Amino acid sequence: MSDFTANTSSSTPQEAQFSDYFALLKPRVMSLVVFTAFVGLMVAPVGVPPMVGFTAILFIALGGGASGALNMWYDSDIDRVMKRTSGRPIPAGRVTEGEALSLGLWLSALSVVMLGLAANWFAAAFLAFTIFFYAVVYTMWLKRLTPQNIVIGGAAGAFPPMIGWAVATGGVSVESVLMFCLTFMWTPPHFWALALFMKSDYDAAKVPMLTVTHGRPHTRKMILIYTLLLAPVAIATGLTSIGGPVYMAAAIVLNVLFVKGGYDIWRRSEDAAKADDFKTEKKVFRFSLLYLFLHFGALLAEAGLRSFGLGGW
Amino acid sequence: MPITETHEIHKRRFGRNLGVALTLAGFVAIVFLLTMSKIRNGGTVEAFDHAVRPSITQSEGDSE
Repeated sequence: MSDFTANTSSSTPQEAQFSDYFALLKPRVMSLVVFTAFVGLMVAPVGVPPMVGFTAILFIALGGGASGALNMWYDSDIDRVMKRTSGRPIPAGRVTEGEALSLGLWLSALSVVMLGLAANWFAAAFLAFTIFFYAVVYTMWLKRLTPQNIVIGGAAGAFPPMIGWAVATGGVSVESVLMFCLTFMWTPPHFWALALFMKSDYDAAKVPMLTVTHGRPHTRKMILIYTLLLAPVAIATGLTSIGGPVYMAAAIVLNVLFVKGGYDIWRRSEDAAKADDFKTEKKVFRFSLLYLFLHFGALLAEAGLRSFGLGGW
Repeated sequence: MPITETHEIHKRRFGRNLGVALTLAGFVAIVFLLTMSKIRNGGTVEAFDHAVRPSITQSEGDSE
């Protein structure tokens, strides 16, 4: 046998595949980033050539993926403990921490430079700040320090529509800030609903989720409060230049239902929730995904109608 | 053993290598298409070519 064979026979059976490196980029989070950034770009008053728009969205998504890889690198100790994350490439032993760090840093640099070249340097700087915010402010600092981790860290996930808007306009405006606020205020009730029925995971990982530090009844109350605070933000967005009757009708229905969901969660006792395996909490969590998708979908519909001389106020 | 024979490592890493190759090819295609798009939509794109450029020369009226 040759030396070549001898050198390769010691490789681990769990060798990383391309899909493992892709999984480091958190594809499901990337899909939210792609969608909201795309809407931010499409509703902006200034158009961009299709290829520029496509490239911008691609590299905004890649920047989001890079911050996901940095998050998985730093949080690998937590991921090993939590059932939900124990199958991720690092805790499963298929990818090393060093590889994830390297991938995250290189893709961060690539995505920022490419966005600057494709669109403008304001949008690129915004993307760089978003990666920094998610990887450093949220992952390294807030996540293990305060139960407000989800609230403030949620800003990182709320920036993409602002970046999409900045790609087209080169700046910030009240519309893009409201799109940010919509996602920002939506994040806490979305994640706390998840935390209510994934209790054991966050407990075991010692992550200071609100359910652990302030108790579950308090978390239920905060979900209701945030759904109430979210409603005026969603309605206010509809009163700006990107809103219109279609968005407003959708926003009113969706916010009534989300507040109702928050109220149902607040009213329930732990015993009742355990008795039906957190049926209401799971329902509200699933609805929260639909809530955000339909709000941004309605904004997109308004932009589409506007191009036909319809939509808007 | 001839060097051309497919080793187990070739099979094991085929997916990974193919993924990297397609990613790199995609990146090249994006840079090329983005460049073409920029040039076609450039409008004011103008390089230094040792020739008089109307955009930086003053009109007769301005010089007075």
